[in-house]
Amino acid sequence: MAAEGQWLTFLALILPFLGAAVAPLLTRVLKHNAAWVLALIPAFLFFHFAGFLELVSQGQAVAGGYPWVESLNLDFSWYLDGLSLTFILLISGIGILIVLYSGGYLKGHPQQGRFFSFILMFMGAMQGLVAADSFLMLFVFWELTSIASFLLIGFDHKREAARRAALQALVVTGGGGLALLAGLILIAQVTGVHSLSMLLSTGDTLRQAPLYLAVLLLVLGGAFTKSAQFPLHFWLPNAMEAPTPVSAYLHSATMVKAGVYLLMRLNPVIGGTPIWETVLPIFGGTTLIVGTLLALRQTDLKLMLAYTTVASLGLLVMLTGFGSEIAIAAAVLYLIAHSMFKGALFMVAGIIDHETGTRDITQLGGIGRAMPVTFGAAVLAAFSMGGLPPTFGVLAKEEIYAGLVDGTWAALLTAVAIVGNALMFTIGFAVALKPFLGDRVETPRPPHEGPALLWIGPAVLSLAGLLTALLSSLSHQFLSSPMASAVAGEQVSVSISVVPHFGLPLFLSLVTIALGLVFYLAIGRGRNVMAAVLTAIGWGPDRGFDQLYRGVVRIAAIVTGIIQNGRLDFYMTATFLALAVALLVPMIGFNELPAMPTFASLYFYEWTVLAIAFIGLGAVIYARNRLTAIVSLGIQGFAVALLFMLLGAPDLSFTQFMVETLSVVILALVMTRLRLSPADHRPLGQKMLDCSVAVLCGVALGLLLLRVSQVPFDAALSDFFAANSRVIAHGRNIVNVIIVDFRGLDTLGEITVVMVTGLAILALVRIRAGKPAANKDA
Amino acid sequence: MRTLIFRTTAPYLASLMVLFSIFVLLRGHNEPGGGFIGGLIAASAFAIYGIACGVPSVRRALYFHPMAISGFGLLLSASSGILSLFQQVPFLTGIWTTVDVLGVPVDLSTVMAFDIGVYLVVVGSITSIALTLEEREDV
Repeated sequence: MAAEGQWLTFLALILPFLGAAVAPLLTRVLKHNAAWVLALIPAFLFFHFAGFLELVSQGQAVAGGYPWVESLNLDFSWYLDGLSLTFILLISGIGILIVLYSGGYLKGHPQQGRFFSFILMFMGAMQGLVAADSFLMLFVFWELTSIASFLLIGFDHKREAARRAALQALVVTGGGGLALLAGLILIAQVTGVHSLSMLLSTGDTLRQAPLYLAVLLLVLGGAFTKSAQFPLHFWLPNAMEAPTPVSAYLHSATMVKAGVYLLMRLNPVIGGTPIWETVLPIFGGTTLIVGTLLALRQTDLKLMLAYTTVASLGLLVMLTGFGSEIAIAAAVLYLIAHSMFKGALFMVAGIIDHETGTRDITQLGGIGRAMPVTFGAAVLAAFSMGGLPPTFGVLAKEEIYAGLVDGTWAALLTAVAIVGNALMFTIGFAVALKPFLGDRVETPRPPHEGPALLWIGPAVLSLAGLLTALLSSLSHQFLSSPMASAVAGEQVSVSISVVPHFGLPLFLSLVTIALGLVFYLAIGRGRNVMAAVLTAIGWGPDRGFDQLYRGVVRIAAIVTGIIQNGRLDFYMTATFLALAVALLVPMIGFNELPAMPTFASLYFYEWTVLAIAFIGLGAVIYARNRLTAIVSLGIQGFAVALLFMLLGAPDLSFTQFMVETLSVVILALVMTRLRLSPADHRPLGQKMLDCSVAVLCGVALGLLLLRVSQVPFDAALSDFFAANSRVIAHGRNIVNVIIVDFRGLDTLGEITVVMVTGLAILALVRIRAGKPAANKDA
Repeated sequence: MRTLIFRTTAPYLASLMVLFSIFVLLRGHNEPGGGFIGGLIAASAFAIYGIACGVPSVRRALYFHPMAISGFGLLLSASSGILSLFQQVPFLTGIWTTVDVLGVPVDLSTVMAFDIGVYLVVVGSITSIALTLEEREDV
């Protein structure tokens, strides 16, 4: 039973990727109706994982996995407690609706299959991210979500804005991913564990470690980039270049919450310290206020929603950092509520855009009568967003105020939360009411209700926001309480319901709503004020990103200009000088120069061979003609090969002979090919420089060889090869056996290099010839 | 370089060198030799043939593009290593078998296939470079 469950969970984790592989084919056959089939994948995930609810709500966790790369401590392992399970259910549940919605939204789009493929890929990545137990698996899936997001934002890759936004998101979140990797490695170093489940049982180890601050900063680097905290929030609104299903799914309901997930997941082991309780509320609170104010300025429905997503993420970070039990419960409730209402509102914005041809709020009005279902869904979702009963949003908001009333900074954070929530109330109802009510405004297309594929998503999500609130005891038992317990690291039971109970939170809610109404009535003026303020500031992180980006490119160009200046003689001089320095400096610096060698008496034929080598060298130096010099170099090489032969290394000698022959041939060919003048025309200064570098290299290598031969020789390896070459590898030629058997992998690498070098030279020669490469293959 | 004597002897010289290179390749496991050296010998054979009789005739004689030969060699070497996976031993572990050819036992091994791959990579890459350099620009 357990094994079978394990197998099914594994299947569930890879199924989206398999789906991504077949989606394009399926879409070619079924057109947009492929959505109905592909939605079965998230449906399977949803029901499979919902099966664990019973167990997890009793405070247990479902763990399992397979070893992957054991030497790297990498397992394909999962750990499902209240936190990951709730996330998975959100991902797969909303995933069903998003797949269906994409079917309607991109109906007839030539690349719809590709879109389905990307969406499923993302679903698999996100699911793996929250299910992952081993650190490395968490990181791999974390980066996969960034890549999937890159592909989806840049889906409409022919538009420059989409390409820029995609690249920006990838750079910001990918950079954060690297910080996360470093953070995870540090955690593994400090605690000695490699999986989240084991990390959670290490207690205070991490908090008391000297490296705590470094770990915290790196983890925050990952979380804040992914969850778009100010001042790294700018990529998220830009990501609205993606088709609306993507905005609804990745950039509001799921992916951007990965950072919050990470903070919540690590809260039991790194949270609760003074710095945690300072940094998180500051960044979160700032993001909340900045996000809502920027949202006020927008007229594009999607951008308004995007900035409130930034604000909501700020709120979540603030609550997580606040750290009290009720604040965590509030964060959990708000996270669930936000995924539902924001997903719904984005889809509503998409439907409006799809059916009327515009999503500019000032160009829309009075379309409610033509689109009743969409209108209903929008209003219900806005109720949740504004925190009005009887929706899930109200539970979250009451709990937020209950959580913030006591503790340090309570008054300030409560004020921040009230202003933020009031502004979100305003934006929520602006999106849900303004386009639908009032006088009919002429739109590019006459408004009409979209097909079922489109309105199912927002309708189900906003109804879910209603049902989960009405059945609050059930949703607390299975979702909120287990999740809050996992985040807090101890048993937390959430009990809030929609029935109003008098107290400070209710009063604060009323204040929020009143404030929200005031803002709503003044939204036009607020927009103008914000626009004026932003124009006055003029600069923002978005532009800063561009400046940074251009700066990096410019520096790269300068560095390339210096290092890769295209002069071959410069490259050669630099390379050989570096070689000489690398050899000489350590030898002199560590006083490792060789002792004066004792010369054995040589036989006369050995003298002869040495003399040949010297004559060859002399000829190289004195040759007036380059061809003569090349051939003379060959003479010297042959002499060395002869020495190898005499000293008992036939394999080496053979190879040396062949290499020398071929180098002479190829050098001569290169010379004729490049049409070099036969004589050497270097000026004297250049000659002196080249000469010194050559001498330096020669001396360095000579000293190195002497030094090596004076170190006591460890014969363990040669004894091993001598003893085993015949026995294990069935070969008497030890050199060859080493090459092809004992060190076969090295050889495989070497021949790959040989081939790649060959290809590169081929390409270079053909460029030189100035002809297209194709017509020469014959 | 197109002297009559050279042009007449080059084909014989080249074929002898290729033959010798194969000999060196195959005996490499027990005597001095092996894929690298064999490959270099064969590459010089093709270079000589090219200098004497022109690049087109070498290309015709080789039939395949030298880079394709090189690529095939790399594939052969890599796949000879993969064979070991089926025997549950690590990548590139040598597997030996003895085949009876006309009453003479002949040892065959994945190591030999690997060495042949090395030979082909070296021949292909170097010949490819040499031939391209030898080619007249107006060809």
